[in-house]
Amino acid sequence: MTSVTLVRRIKARPSIVFDALTTVEGIANWWGPDAGPVLAAEIDPQVGGRFRVRFRMLDGSEHESSGEYVDVVKPERLIMTWRWTGGVEDPGESLVEFRLRPVADGTELILTHSGLHDDETRGSHEHGWTGALDKLERHFFVIEGSPL
Amino acid sequence: MVNYGERLDRTFAALVDPTRRAILARLEREDGASISALAQPFAIKLPAVMKHLDVLDDAGLITRSKIGRTVTVRLRPEPIREAMDWLRRYERFWSHSLDRLAAYAERKETEARKKRR
Repeated sequence: MTSVTLVRRIKARPSIVFDALTTVEGIANWWGPDAGPVLAAEIDPQVGGRFRVRFRMLDGSEHESSGEYVDVVKPERLIMTWRWTGGVEDPGESLVEFRLRPVADGTELILTHSGLHDDETRGSHEHGWTGALDKLERHFFVIEGSPL
Repeated sequence: MVNYGERLDRTFAALVDPTRRAILARLEREDGASISALAQPFAIKLPAVMKHLDVLDDAGLITRSKIGRTVTVRLRPEPIREAMDWLRRYERFWSHSLDRLAAYAERKETEARKKRR
């Protein structure tokens, strides 16, 4: 399964974190892979509602993603479909899940972006092949770095 | 010319099969093996192994070279590296976004506490 999972501990209560995920002001403050600006954000955080966010990276390239909210439970979880739009990079639809859990000093946030590649791995009983891929790749670097 | 998306499709499709992954894993250890040597550990017939090798070849994951009557199979790492880079782009996107999200939410939390005082 092609997915990415990240966990963060945030010193803020879950409702504040949830608002940061579901307001235009919040999204404008964090969305994007570098310090480049969010250019446009439209969001309708209810089941069936849609989002569209456009951002510019520091290298000047602009990117846009959009999708539909499939589960919205404040302040616990937010699930939405995801698709790169307005560009040539679209690899199909994927799924983004934010799960928030209250912890002593704030919130534990678990992000999972899954279905990153639309192929027969979905529904397959094979697990951990991205791990296998990772192992293969690491080995390549070792081979190439050795004086063979 | 096969485009980036099609190359990724082929790489992921090739890697989804456990026999093909086992073949790649062996090739990374041995830096070149004959087809009969590759087929030997599997309970499948040589033509089935040949089909797997065709898929790996189409995905650019192996090369085959013939010397005399022996075909030597070798690994090509570039497509795997490309697939990993592609996954890492998502990781970078979210890692940086979540760092900024955390900073923003923590600022908001501080503001909310000040207001309550």
